[in-house]
Amino acid sequence: MSDANTYLIKGADLLGAGRQDVLVRDGVVAEVGTPDAQDATVIEADGLIALPGLVDLHAHLREPGREDAETIATGSAAAAAGGFTAVLAMANTSPVTDTAEAAERVLDLGRDYGLVDVQPVGAVTKGLAGEQLAELGLMARSRAAVRVFSDDGRCVHDARLMRRALEYVKAFGGVVSQHAQEPRLADQFACCHEGELSGRLGLPGWPGVAEEVIVARDVMLARHTGSRVHVAHVSTAGSVEVIRWARAQGIAVTAEVTPHHLMLDTSLLTGYDLTFKVNPPLRPTEDITELRKALADGTIDAVATDHAPHARHDKQHAFAEAAFGMLGLEQALQVVNTVMVQPGLLTWAQVADVMSVTPARIAGLDGHGRPIAVGEPANLTLIDPVATVTVDGAASHSLSRNNPWHRLSLTGRVHATLLRGRPTLLNEEIQE
Amino acid sequence: MERPDTAVPRPDAANASGRIVLTEADISRALRRIAHEIIEHNKGVQDLVILGIPTRGEVLAQRIERLLHEIEGTDVPVGSLDVTMYRDDLRSQPTRAVGHTSIPGDGIDDRTVVLVDDVLYSGRTVRAALDALGDLGRPRAVRLAVLVDRGHRELPIRADHVGKNLPTARSERVSVRLAEHDGVEEVRIAASGSEGIR
Amino acid sequence: MKHLLSAADLSRDDAEQLLTTAAQMHDVQRREVKKLPVLRGRTVVNLFFEDSTRTRSSFEIAGKWLSADVINVSAKGSSVSKGESLRDTVMTVAAMGVDALVIRHHASGAPAQVTDWVDATVVNAGDGTHEHPTQALLDAYTMRTKLGDLAGRRVGIVGDLTHSRVVRSNLILLRTLGAHVTLVAPPTLMPSGIADWAAAEGFSYGYDFDEVLPTLDAVMMLRVQKERMTGGFFPTPREYTVGYGLTRDRLRVLPEHAVICHPGPMNRGLEITADAADEARSLILDQVSAGVAVRMSVLYHLLGGAES
Repeated sequence: MSDANTYLIKGADLLGAGRQDVLVRDGVVAEVGTPDAQDATVIEADGLIALPGLVDLHAHLREPGREDAETIATGSAAAAAGGFTAVLAMANTSPVTDTAEAAERVLDLGRDYGLVDVQPVGAVTKGLAGEQLAELGLMARSRAAVRVFSDDGRCVHDARLMRRALEYVKAFGGVVSQHAQEPRLADQFACCHEGELSGRLGLPGWPGVAEEVIVARDVMLARHTGSRVHVAHVSTAGSVEVIRWARAQGIAVTAEVTPHHLMLDTSLLTGYDLTFKVNPPLRPTEDITELRKALADGTIDAVATDHAPHARHDKQHAFAEAAFGMLGLEQALQVVNTVMVQPGLLTWAQVADVMSVTPARIAGLDGHGRPIAVGEPANLTLIDPVATVTVDGAASHSLSRNNPWHRLSLTGRVHATLLRGRPTLLNEEIQE
Repeated sequence: MERPDTAVPRPDAANASGRIVLTEADISRALRRIAHEIIEHNKGVQDLVILGIPTRGEVLAQRIERLLHEIEGTDVPVGSLDVTMYRDDLRSQPTRAVGHTSIPGDGIDDRTVVLVDDVLYSGRTVRAALDALGDLGRPRAVRLAVLVDRGHRELPIRADHVGKNLPTARSERVSVRLAEHDGVEEVRIAASGSEGIR
Repeated sequence: MKHLLSAADLSRDDAEQLLTTAAQMHDVQRREVKKLPVLRGRTVVNLFFEDSTRTRSSFEIAGKWLSADVINVSAKGSSVSKGESLRDTVMTVAAMGVDALVIRHHASGAPAQVTDWVDATVVNAGDGTHEHPTQALLDAYTMRTKLGDLAGRRVGIVGDLTHSRVVRSNLILLRTLGAHVTLVAPPTLMPSGIADWAAAEGFSYGYDFDEVLPTLDAVMMLRVQKERMTGGFFPTPREYTVGYGLTRDRLRVLPEHAVICHPGPMNRGLEITADAADEARSLILDQVSAGVAVRMSVLYHLLGGAES
């Protein structure tokens, strides 16, 4: 008889550094090498890469408020299917996560479901209104121990308010994750990268500079306050330049890039296909190339999905009026494999850094992003790195279908995910 | 969008098939006879308007007008009447190019209109022409002149002046070629084919 | 061709044929009986998400003179605020057994999106700041009546190009017909990415009206909306007129044969001086009847034959 709490992962290549067997018992890694465990359930991992469980700094799980688009349950399943063991849930729900109670509720819903650690992100300003600070300290002191604060979906564009937020969160080691969009340069209707295509299509332009001026301002504010700032979904080469400069100055700035900004370019908007309407918008290939380079050289710290499910009808308005956003949790690792690992831009060890270790550190999640070593929490992801998969958007675990990868061919397949020693995904099946 | 195939000139006799039923001289004689018949029936050319149905009917109308002038010494108003938008088979084909309609300045009210076409077959084109005329005014009488009547009417329509009655099988095709349009002057009849079927 | 969404849907042959048919339709309008039986039994819905009495009535008369049943549906306002999606609105209308939807929308791309949701033929009657292909056909038709063949002719389009739906359709169609097009506007009112666009397509653009003025066979003056001033696109109306208005002085420099077009409504004294406006005015009245003929031609070519 095999023990339900003991798993032997056989033959996986640990972070691409060599094949070893891993014995997982009672939620932790018990042995690495050639363990002998008669009682263990065997997970055959020949030809698979083992990574520490992935951590997503940026997902919209829509609960509470828009359970028709996604719930914490369905979002958790999508996350587990994508190899994630922890997901930061953005605050722009209804009600907004701007109190300790709201944050604890999100935390508890995630724990109840148990497929992935759902860590709430707190709003920077009350109701995301950009006027007064939310109760940042109370959220930090709550059971949810909120460390990442963001008004994502909107920019904290008031420079004084941003300065105060950066200063205030220092008291409890928090970080502000900024949605960089100067609203006077890119308003609520801006929906297409400003350039030739927006000119031809007559769509309101979203110029890269609207992001870059906020990134530039925020790194200077971070320098001035001695605080740290995190740039959400970096989308332009100009932002990369600013961040690279800021790091060279020793400014505490971190940054994330989404899978879609690493792969999909602005030309996809040509037919007004709403699946590709996202904020910030898809950019030209020149930006994509720079984003890949910046992720490879460490200027960009992390890949974060900005998973943004939407009910069908919210994507069936006129282009400029429909909802922004696309799914990302299930395909993120495949995309990174396809555009970064396979072309030789990242090693698997670096993938572990940008998708697990660094995001966990930025978010202050101590139990995640750990090495695959004896005594560590057994948060693990197994991926088949060479399988070719044609994405079927209809087969998603998400409640929504705004999947930009639908019908695209990607390389890699997530085979299993373990959260503290328990498989949440096994043989590509969610383990309820 | 579909291109029209009716106005494409078919210059050479090389790709012509079948046998010639009217030669250049036959055509000329037939038109002259028709012109005489028109005058005889109308007791002169007063109040006549000659309208050809594009494209070859238009050419024939102009020839008849010249003959009338030659015989009677007075000008007769001549024009063209496109019937495309009055056809009853618009829905069964790709959109057709619209032809040219030009009605002489004094109009058709209280005049005798002679419609001219190259081939009379099902009668549907003539029906369309009668509808088109109705939208343009109220002629005192409408008469029909055709170069060839090949039979197989599908509507109660007959020609008043016929160049040649030509018994045909439905499967055969009759092609009228006129110098102005086709570079040759003849009427041929051939076994079934898709080109220029009338 | 099933839909007319963009001037780019038209090949040169298509455009020539539409304009030729339009001329024949124009002749029909001089008759006592203007009705043609071609679209008998067909239903055309004018689905307008934005007011435009001129365009709507032009399509309405065009449809009626072709014997179609024409229904006007006004769906003003944002579908988002009404809580009904664009798709739901359009499918509800299409469910009535509609053969063609003539769509006017305040947002770019809406008519194109609609083609994914319904089987009916869709005609773009102006979408956001994108296109207005029947207006461009009308402008080309009008220019042709004055200039003949447009191949090799030089046309300047001047004014608020960023926010104009007319400019895109005109640029595309005029180039399809072989004309040389120059766009003229202050940099703040040029379409985004104009340099790349012009380079890719091979047309010219510039900021100096006086430089191109003497070379033009036709000049199209586009309306400058007063609210652009608050957007900081230019400092004052006076300054705009000096730089880009068709003033009396410029009228003298414009070659005598040149045609002045203005898709209207005009801001006399801002983009066009009263004299030039009067000159353009006569064309504008011509354009009203030609507008119906052009739209009859479009509806005939889209709906007159068998379903493709």
